[in-house]
Amino acid sequence: METSTTTLSASPAQAHVHAGPRLAGDLAIWFFILAELLAFGVFFAAYAFTRANNIELFNAEQAALNRNAGALNTVLLLTASYFVVRAVQAAEREASRQCANWLVGAILTGFGFIVVKLGEYAAAFEHNISLSSSPFHMFYLSLTFFHFMHVILGLVILIAMWNGARQGRYRPGDMNGLETGAAYWHMVDLVWLILFPLVYVIH
Amino acid sequence: MQYKSQAVAMPYFIAAIGLFVGQIIFGLIMGLQYVVGDFLFPEIPFNVARMVHTNLLIVWLLFGFMGAAYYLVPEETETELFSPKLGLAMFWIFLVAGAATILGYLLVPYSTLASMTGNDILATMGREFLEQPLLTKIGIVIVALAFLFNITMTVLKGRKTVISIVLLMGLWGLAIFFLFSFYNPVNLVRDKFYWWWVVHLWVEGVWELIMAALLAFVLIKVTGVDREVIEKWLYVIITLALVTGIIGTGHHYFWIGTPEYWQWWGSIFSALEPIPFFAMTVFAFNMVNRRRREHPNRAAVLWALGTGVMAFLGAGVWGFLHTLAPVNYYTHGSQITAAHGHMAFYGAYVMVVLTVISYAMPILRGRAANGTKAQVVEMWAFWLMTIAMVFITLFLTAAGILQVWLQRVSDTPMSFMATQDQLTLFYWMREWAGVVFFIGLLTYLASFFIKGDAKDVKA
Repeated sequence: METSTTTLSASPAQAHVHAGPRLAGDLAIWFFILAELLAFGVFFAAYAFTRANNIELFNAEQAALNRNAGALNTVLLLTASYFVVRAVQAAEREASRQCANWLVGAILTGFGFIVVKLGEYAAAFEHNISLSSSPFHMFYLSLTFFHFMHVILGLVILIAMWNGARQGRYRPGDMNGLETGAAYWHMVDLVWLILFPLVYVIH
Repeated sequence: MQYKSQAVAMPYFIAAIGLFVGQIIFGLIMGLQYVVGDFLFPEIPFNVARMVHTNLLIVWLLFGFMGAAYYLVPEETETELFSPKLGLAMFWIFLVAGAATILGYLLVPYSTLASMTGNDILATMGREFLEQPLLTKIGIVIVALAFLFNITMTVLKGRKTVISIVLLMGLWGLAIFFLFSFYNPVNLVRDKFYWWWVVHLWVEGVWELIMAALLAFVLIKVTGVDREVIEKWLYVIITLALVTGIIGTGHHYFWIGTPEYWQWWGSIFSALEPIPFFAMTVFAFNMVNRRRREHPNRAAVLWALGTGVMAFLGAGVWGFLHTLAPVNYYTHGSQITAAHGHMAFYGAYVMVVLTVISYAMPILRGRAANGTKAQVVEMWAFWLMTIAMVFITLFLTAAGILQVWLQRVSDTPMSFMATQDQLTLFYWMREWAGVVFFIGLLTYLASFFIKGDAKDVKA
């Protein structure tokens, strides 16, 4: 993560002139987050559209999913997001060490998600669930896998943030890198909070 | 010109424009053959004219990209080219090989060309856009490797900027994906599957990186906006391009025998492909609006803005029109595809190369910008070509809608050829729009020969 405070606006200096509400993180990451949410949004809409035509199949195959694993993963991601929030707050207090420690917590819980998800995939593949075995399976695997890839990217970013925090790179007034990464991680969490009920629970 | 070795770009630009003229002439021949079927038959059959038209396009764009890289990289890296001599040698090799290939298409039957050039050793010919003989393909790889070596060594010894690194990534991607043109499995599904790794991952993947880098370079030069701001945009644009474009390849996998999930993946991701192009448009206008200086080269600014708009319309909007699987089920391979192809190639890649040429050529000829008169003529050429291309696209779209209706949607579908007969009016109008495009191109050529009050303001 860079420590630069430049935003997409051509005159970054102006950002500091106005008091009042401020966009956390770099403007560029918000464009990116909106594009990501749009992509997942289109995918969710396609899911809803297909489900409306195959309600019984979707309900039956949804019941076969491991809802406990999904719930556990929800807790893990929410906890990771909480840790990231604490890390940002610590950096605002100029407590770099605590910031780094909170980020370690977030990274570990994030890895917990990966482990649980891999277990779920292993069980699915044992039952010959594939992208072609049914429309529900196609959506289940595609949606969770695309999200899974985002968690991995999120972890890479968290590790970079942890590295930055250990070097004391984030301070009040110089929070751009940390906030940018945190915003991305919360987006990963947010997508899961829609994905989990939609694919695992609602029937 | 800040670095002597940037002059290597000049012959590349001249060759690019020359081949561009050839491409349009063959486009006009082929457009006429749509309505006068035996025009120039048997000397230049339709399939040969088509091959020459598309291959010339690809080759001249490659000349344009290479020229642009030779011009841009020394300035970005703040160092002379690693080897200007290698750059010039590769120019002549590429030009001779390209000319020989086109002459081969025109003078010898395609099957004879195939047996003359070792296609029985490794069969790579006969596939749309990859028709080049094996020897030419090998030549392209050698030229590309030498070019990449030259450019990469230059970047390694100089200043590393985001623009030069994005450009380098795009150019390396271009070379790597071309290697799939040597892979020609017997299974037709697999053949098509990997064929798109060249065709799609070029134009909807790595070429977008090249385009974004070239546009960013010219925008920095003509607007004086901070590099940091432009680099942020570049990051966003290339990420969006790759996220949507790579899996977006799936929109070619709907009906070729691949698993059904591609209909979902292809539809969803390619539906988002307009976003990076939209970002490029916003980027170009935003930077020009926030400009910190009035660059004397107004024509280059016009080309840069035009690229943003036309790429979004041609690649973004016209691509989206038929990218969703349920729509594409009817429109696949119709004149709607041709409409999209024309405006996307012109709006994205032709225009970005012309943007760089417009900016760089006056400097290569020893002035910051051309005189007012030359610029006015160049801007006339811009409008003539761009408006003509809009009409070509609209007429082909109309032809495509009618074609899809008569041939595929109707309760009593007509045969392909009977349908074509019904489209004649639109094909004639497209041909006349093509003539206007050619006049625009001749105007463009003329703009290089207009002498006048060259502007000596420092570029």
